[in-house]
Amino acid sequence: MATVIELPVDTYKGPVDPDWCPGCGDFGVLKSVQEAAGRLGVKPENLLVVSGIGCSSNLPGFIHAYGIHSLHGRSVPVATGAHLANTDLKTVITGGDGDGYGIGIGHLLHAMRRNLDVTYVVMDNQIYGLTTGQASPTTTKGHVTKSTPQGNIESPLNPLALAITSGATYVARGFSGEQKHLVDMIAGGMAHKGFALIDVFSPCVTYNKINTYPWFKERVYKLEDKGWDSGDFYKSLEKSFEWGDTIPVGVLYKTDMPTYEDGEPNLHKGPLVKAKLGADKAVFKALVEEMI
Amino acid sequence: MHEVTIGIAGAAGDGLDKSGDTLARSCGRLGLYVYAYNSYQSIIRGGHIWLKVRVGDEKVYCHGDNLNVLVALNQDSIERHAPEVQEGGAIVFNGDRIKCDESLVRKGVQVLALPITEITGELKEKYGPIKPIMQNTIAIGAVAFLAGIGLEEPTKVLSDTFAHKGQEIIDLNIGLLTVGYEYAKKNAKAVQSEWNMSGKRRPFVTGNEAIALAAYAAGCKFYSAYPMTPASTILHWMAAHQHETGILVKQCEDELSVVNMAIGAGIGGVRSMCATAGGGFALMTEAIGMAGIMEVPVVVVEVQRGGPSTGLPTKTEQADLFQVFGASQGEFPRLIVAPRDIADAYQATVESFHLADKYQLPVLLMSDLLLSEHPETVDAESFSPDVKIDRGELVEKWNESDGKYRRFRFTESGISPRALPGTANTLYVSASDDHDEESILISDMFTSPPVRRKIMEKRMRKVENMLKELPAPELEGPKDAEVTLVCWGSTSGVVKEAAERLTAQGTKTNFLVIKYIAPFHVKEVTELLSKAKKKISVEVNFTSVMAKLIKMETGISMDGHINRYDGEPLEPQEVADNVKRLLANKPKDLEVSEDEAREMVYHYLRTHGGEKLRPVKVIKESSNGHGEPVWNIEIAERVTGKKGGSMKIGIHTGATYSFEKAES
Ligand SMILES: Cc1ncc(C[n+]2csc(CCOP(=O)(O)OP(=O)(O)O)c2C)c(N)n1
Ligand code: SF4
Ligand SMILES: [Mg+2]
Repeated sequence: MATVIELPVDTYKGPVDPDWCPGCGDFGVLKSVQEAAGRLGVKPENLLVVSGIGCSSNLPGFIHAYGIHSLHGRSVPVATGAHLANTDLKTVITGGDGDGYGIGIGHLLHAMRRNLDVTYVVMDNQIYGLTTGQASPTTTKGHVTKSTPQGNIESPLNPLALAITSGATYVARGFSGEQKHLVDMIAGGMAHKGFALIDVFSPCVTYNKINTYPWFKERVYKLEDKGWDSGDFYKSLEKSFEWGDTIPVGVLYKTDMPTYEDGEPNLHKGPLVKAKLGADKAVFKALVEEMI
Repeated sequence: MHEVTIGIAGAAGDGLDKSGDTLARSCGRLGLYVYAYNSYQSIIRGGHIWLKVRVGDEKVYCHGDNLNVLVALNQDSIERHAPEVQEGGAIVFNGDRIKCDESLVRKGVQVLALPITEITGELKEKYGPIKPIMQNTIAIGAVAFLAGIGLEEPTKVLSDTFAHKGQEIIDLNIGLLTVGYEYAKKNAKAVQSEWNMSGKRRPFVTGNEAIALAAYAAGCKFYSAYPMTPASTILHWMAAHQHETGILVKQCEDELSVVNMAIGAGIGGVRSMCATAGGGFALMTEAIGMAGIMEVPVVVVEVQRGGPSTGLPTKTEQADLFQVFGASQGEFPRLIVAPRDIADAYQATVESFHLADKYQLPVLLMSDLLLSEHPETVDAESFSPDVKIDRGELVEKWNESDGKYRRFRFTESGISPRALPGTANTLYVSASDDHDEESILISDMFTSPPVRRKIMEKRMRKVENMLKELPAPELEGPKDAEVTLVCWGSTSGVVKEAAERLTAQGTKTNFLVIKYIAPFHVKEVTELLSKAKKKISVEVNFTSVMAKLIKMETGISMDGHINRYDGEPLEPQEVADNVKRLLANKPKDLEVSEDEAREMVYHYLRTHGGEKLRPVKVIKESSNGHGEPVWNIEIAERVTGKKGGSMKIGIHTGATYSFEKAES
């Protein structure tokens, strides 16, 4: 194994400073992604950060790396295409709960089932921040938002349970208020071979007055502190439903499974972007002959 | 030119396509030209399939409107198609099972009822019972004689086709072919025998296969798709050959994923393509604009089928022009190209990859079901692997001393040199929000009207520059024509033949094929059409969308429109007749014809459980209280011929006024 040369966090300092509201949870996530990349020694030119649309999805603009700031809900397929084109790049997808669990959920499920070797960090603030505070797929029941003035009547979805059952091979939760721990979660995901989903409590200080820093501080505890065994599928699934007075953060589930890339012979000779351009004359001739 | 058109009709699952393939390939290897069209008409029980194979010793540009040899695999097929066989032609069928009523056969048509049991006696002894599907091969043997192509080439094609099944199967099939051939030779006269066979072997290919092969030649490395007729056969070809081509083929969860993955792969640095039909393309629209604003090269193929909505999944139409033209919000440069035939589809696909890279934009290649799914012989030279691959202005290396790299640098050409992710010192974000030269957003934190103006102008400059290198359309046919036909896509083959027929009959006719839809050759098309005398658009749609586009771009209106929107392609004589009608200032006759009435009855019987019945007599009657004249159709029992009932269909509206079943 090649030795990792760690890089300082300001290697990844972006061209512009974030325009998030002061106190927004996303600052901590940005910093953690930068630190995780530095810890793994990923050079900026080999880091590809892909997002959709939302406050959280603005992240690629604030980090020194290659970025794709795609469409609302489409970060996963765009990242998949870019990653498959160049598997030498370390691909990290970043976005919000609306982006990933709402409009983009279909893509997410399939990416997890493929066990694609990418890392997905969801800044879950349980609200649509950029569009000024409507209910999201993780908004809790009864929560009054701009689009649910009588209180949300839908149940929130459980991203961790979904990830475990869909085939993600690294499923973790972090909290923007626990920065050091969050770096561990993200770096662990990036180092993991296979699909890593990291759901991060990233409070929206402007539009979510319920799931705030103090709200989480009171409830979260670290699985690592309890000696959690992340290798048991069913136990992890059961654990993913713990939500109330205590909420676990940490690596909930981790397993080693063949990745999509392992199963795709056309990736075994190296990244597609480095493959010889144009048709092989003999192969082409045979393909035409087949048609006669 | 010598030619012959063979029609093979039967139920779905009769193995029709295989038989047609053997025949067509044999002709293709002999140096004859073939154009085949498979119309899946589902008007008769079992799902009726109607495959037409037109063969000529000069190039044939469409399936034409002749029928010289009919191979009928069931009774329905005889009833439906026997009357179409022209004088000098022949009807071939299994005489043990099927009857051909004299009244259905035109004068001078040979009826060849193959006595299958009798002629396969020896084969049965040697290989065991002859399965029903094997009668096809016997029929093909008979056709090989009637069409004058000999026994040798079909024998070789069968040997190749069954090579993987072992010598016994090969021998059996050759035996079947031979008995059919010999029987026809003894009992019939060849329909065509004066061929000029060049012996030049030609590939027999569909438009979709040509598009897929071209993508390989052009260096495509990533292909994504979600199954949808009539685009699926691109996916099938790509998947079947992915090991040889090295193209990564990705079936996705939906078309949103398909196009976004293809765009992602484009950003990642490889040539990428995806394909779909109109419905799938509707889901792709938002991302097309993303490729536009991010300036990503990507090729998206839209194969049109009958719409709207799920429409006619297995039928042809050309009605998606404005969906593709208007796809996505906002304004951005895009290339829309609509190839006219299979060789052109190959060339256009190769060109699409080149221009997508050069101008860093989405290329939308429009095909239609007829072009994509019909197979045709094409000169092997049309498929050249010698493609010069130029990735456009790429930044291979950038030193820190070169200063700041600006991904969207404002240039005269509108093209900004592109660095691929992985390159050092050229980091940038591909953003769907509008941005400045350095790809920093100008959408919320920093807004800047002048930067927005300049980046819009930079992107749009690519349009005028691209137009300069696209060949302008030209009139084909006599310069001093009385009539100019205007068309696009696969309809051009039909139009070419119609124009030639009209000219030969004294109405000088030329035609214009529009290949580049966007950007549009406004100046050249205006010049050509303003001099044309009578301009008529010919399209497989209801609303003449190409004529509308031309009017929008040039201000020039057509003098008439020819349209077909029943799912079937136009035919040359149909176009010629309609041109004459328009020249005579006659309105289009929209009444239900006698033939159509008969087909409507078939449809009705099939869907209302009357499979034992068939229409026999169609009589025109006055309204009798229905408010419009009606067709009164007498229905009989298929087997006994006894009266089965009657049905009334409105001649104007096509309404079903009554259906009465006779007491049995
Ligand atoms: C197709 C489409 N629909 C709607 C929007 C508007 N929109 C932008 S961001 C957003 C929700 C963002 O929520 P989330 O992903 O949770 O991000 P946050 O702002 O909370 O970080 C919506 C609905 C859009 N950009 N595109
Ligand atoms: S609105 Fe909420 S999510 Fe958006 S930047 Fe402000 S605090 Fe963060
Ligand atoms: Mg959110």
